[in-house]
Amino acid sequence: MITSRHPNRVKAAQYLALLGYMIFLAVPLVWLLSSSFKSSRELVELHPSLIPQHPTIANYTAALHQADIVHAGLNSLKVAVITALLTTLVGLPAAYVLARTRGIISKLGLGYILVSQMFPLILIIIPLFLVLRDLHLTNTHSGLILVYLVWSLPFILWMLQSYIRNIPRDLEEAAAVDGARRIQIVIRIIAPLLAPGVVVTLLFAFISAWNEFFFALVLVQSPGLVTLPVKLAQFVGIEGVIRLGPLAAASLLATIPSLLFFSVMQRWLTSGLLSGAVKG
Amino acid sequence: MSEVVSPPQGKGRSFPFPPKRRRGRAAATLSGSETILLLIPALIPIVVLSLLPLVRGIYLGFTDAHAGFKVTTHWAGLANFHRLIHDSFFVNSFKIGFIWAFSVTIVQFALALGLALLLNTNLRGRWVARSLALVPWAMPPVVVGIMWKIFYAPQAGLLNEALRRGHLPGQNIDWLSDFKWALPAVILVGVWAGMPQTTVALLAGLQGIAGEMHEAAAVDGATTWRRFIHITLPQLRPVILAITSIDFIWNFNSFGLVYVLTEGGPGTKTQLPMLFAYNSAFKYGEFGYASALGDAMVVVIAVVLSVYMFGRLKEAVQ
Repeated sequence: MITSRHPNRVKAAQYLALLGYMIFLAVPLVWLLSSSFKSSRELVELHPSLIPQHPTIANYTAALHQADIVHAGLNSLKVAVITALLTTLVGLPAAYVLARTRGIISKLGLGYILVSQMFPLILIIIPLFLVLRDLHLTNTHSGLILVYLVWSLPFILWMLQSYIRNIPRDLEEAAAVDGARRIQIVIRIIAPLLAPGVVVTLLFAFISAWNEFFFALVLVQSPGLVTLPVKLAQFVGIEGVIRLGPLAAASLLATIPSLLFFSVMQRWLTSGLLSGAVKG
Repeated sequence: MSEVVSPPQGKGRSFPFPPKRRRGRAAATLSGSETILLLIPALIPIVVLSLLPLVRGIYLGFTDAHAGFKVTTHWAGLANFHRLIHDSFFVNSFKIGFIWAFSVTIVQFALALGLALLLNTNLRGRWVARSLALVPWAMPPVVVGIMWKIFYAPQAGLLNEALRRGHLPGQNIDWLSDFKWALPAVILVGVWAGMPQTTVALLAGLQGIAGEMHEAAAVDGATTWRRFIHITLPQLRPVILAITSIDFIWNFNSFGLVYVLTEGGPGTKTQLPMLFAYNSAFKYGEFGYASALGDAMVVVIAVVLSVYMFGRLKEAVQ
């Protein structure tokens, strides 16, 4: 958009279009936010207003005082933290191999990551359900964590191997020349350079487990064990219409972890993540 | 990340001291046994909990597997598929799956391309739009569903109130329970929820196009529109091909969003293939039948993608 016959008119049209996008993206969000601050009386009024007339945090306190929601949140936290740690730990050695070897292994690995995306979850969930049942792991957090581990591993591997690729191999070779053993190379050279990438990967794995719905819905049914997304979905079904305010508040609270993650990662997501993949 | 310095050009082939280098290379290269040892921790779970179950899942489609303990499973050949073809609910779910997946993918692509082009200019305040564009990505799908349910609510919802204030038609429609409007309403949510990934991919593609090409074309007198058609679109082709394919796969396999919004209703008006499969498997316990449905979904996706890829590639060659 460097030159044009009507630069001002073009600019105006662009701003208008951008505004349109912002409205489309923000409106449902603003409504959720507004509903979460409305009193229960205002929520059933015939002509709801965009901005709450008497803003209240009653919905938030109600949501936080509802034991089953808080409990589901803690379940989600536990599952997501363990998943993140385990996936990253399991993924690191393999990611190193994928990054440092060229040839059949990394091609096969990358190929499987892509192909596995094509299969609908129903094909994997039924056999998984049978396997976990034989191991007496259905309806347990361990079973869910195992499934999340495998389910997020492909993307985690892909992320980690791209970080490792960014560490110059020459550094490792120079250290080897100077007589460093492999364990020393890993601890002294690779670990510090890889730390930021590992943190991002951990957070990413956490968020995918925190947000996941389908596996959690199928694999865990006991009221005391369900995760937050499943609890919220049940809430909609049973009493969502009646208790709209607390539902809106709980939904927003459930979004906070990933919102934090994305605001920190914003620059990286819009620049780095796909540029490498796209140009490759 | 950008703090990590990328290796110098030439990858060491022009290294001035070849003998020393060889010693270093040998010590830093992985031996065969080391490779296997490092791969095992990731390989075992992938094989046991991903690859084998997937193979078994494909196989289950050809059996009469049912839920429940101590149920023996028998080979059933193509019986499940024969039943599928004559099952009007199945045909219906695939029809809805197609309408959903194609509409969401196409609308999403068109909107995301526009947004990416705007974000790639130097408009003021575009950072706000960029942050907003990422929000749907950051939200759990269940929360996206709940949010839109509140937005569409017949009395307390914003949409109907806006229509009422504007004296526009449709103000009394219960969008998610209406036989005519439920599917379009759900499609809009699908578009909203998937915008970020598509926009980010297209934006990355746009930023990869060298600015000199546009400048040269501008000097030669090419209009903005002509530059878009002759420079931007051809350069973006690989990104467009990749992201629309992935979007189609994701959308056709989608579950959580529509499950929360309508559970497939009213009737079966929004029953996507995955919702139908979920009901068959976990409501009625028909594991074999649901797996056959999954097999059919894979075949459909493979056919659609190969037709699409082939067509685009032929276009690129011409």
